[in-house]
Amino acid sequence: MDILATVTAEQLNTEIPEFGPGDNLDVHIRVVEGEKERIQLFKGLCIQRRGGGINETFTVRKISGGVGVERVFLLHSPQLAKIERTRFGKIRRAKLFYIRKLRGKAARIEEKM
Amino acid sequence: MQGLLGKKIGMTRFFDKSGRPASATVIEAGPCKVVQVKTKERDGYSAVQLGFQDQIEKRMTKPLLGHFKKAGLGPQKILKEFRDFDGEVKEGDELGVDLFSVGDRVNVSGTSKGKGFAGVVKRYNFAGGPKSHGQSDRLRAPGSIGQSAYPKRVFKGMKMGGRFGTDRITLRHLRVLKVIPEKNLLLVEGSIPGARNSIVEIRL
Repeated sequence: MDILATVTAEQLNTEIPEFGPGDNLDVHIRVVEGEKERIQLFKGLCIQRRGGGINETFTVRKISGGVGVERVFLLHSPQLAKIERTRFGKIRRAKLFYIRKLRGKAARIEEKM
Repeated sequence: MQGLLGKKIGMTRFFDKSGRPASATVIEAGPCKVVQVKTKERDGYSAVQLGFQDQIEKRMTKPLLGHFKKAGLGPQKILKEFRDFDGEVKEGDELGVDLFSVGDRVNVSGTSKGKGFAGVVKRYNFAGGPKSHGQSDRLRAPGSIGQSAYPKRVFKGMKMGGRFGTDRITLRHLRVLKVIPEKNLLLVEGSIPGARNSIVEIRL
């Protein structure tokens, strides 16, 4: 397994900020349209981080037009231009799947100061 | 045709130039030593015999030791022949992973993982029987295996349960994602046959 770690080491993104479930994130995604490249923003709540090494992913959930939308990102993907933490959440579990059943006021997460 | 012997290390993920992720298998390929060059004139066919991984002398038979000595090499663990090898090679040469370059399409052969005694659903992708509508004990059954009074027997080669796996499998046109000559490593796209640490043949 050690060899696999050395092979993927140089592909790891070293500029990832510290963040975890409960945090609100702005994920900047590189989108290539024909010749041009632009940045798309995905704003939402991080509900889980899973995996390790180059396979690590995180899930961001947002409510878009009254419908819940979740997107899973590869943490080390070069298609991610930037990850910004906009709000620090106070949580008591690592996976926030319970939030899917909640709407409006109930789906709030307290901010950690 | 050119080729190398290698050892499967394991699978991982690889981001290509455009940032798209691909599944990748890491192979420790070579260095392989040319033990014998067979020619059409002398042997009836043209081939190159490659050796992979050094072996200690004690574990070799004397006839084999003599075979290696002829090429001026120490004992090798694995010996495999590659038919119609391109390029000038002579006995005693060492071939490395730099044979391959990124973007090449390679064929990888190996021995698949043993699955033991497997039923027809796993072994031949039969659909099995219906789950419901009054069925019992039919879920993974093969169904009918033939007719009745004529021909009165089951035809040879009928697909039934049995030992599955441990077959020689070749996957063709696998893209080379990366070559690391310092560590003799090769990354190919997708999966390759066999368990980790199993020996594979890579043909260009």
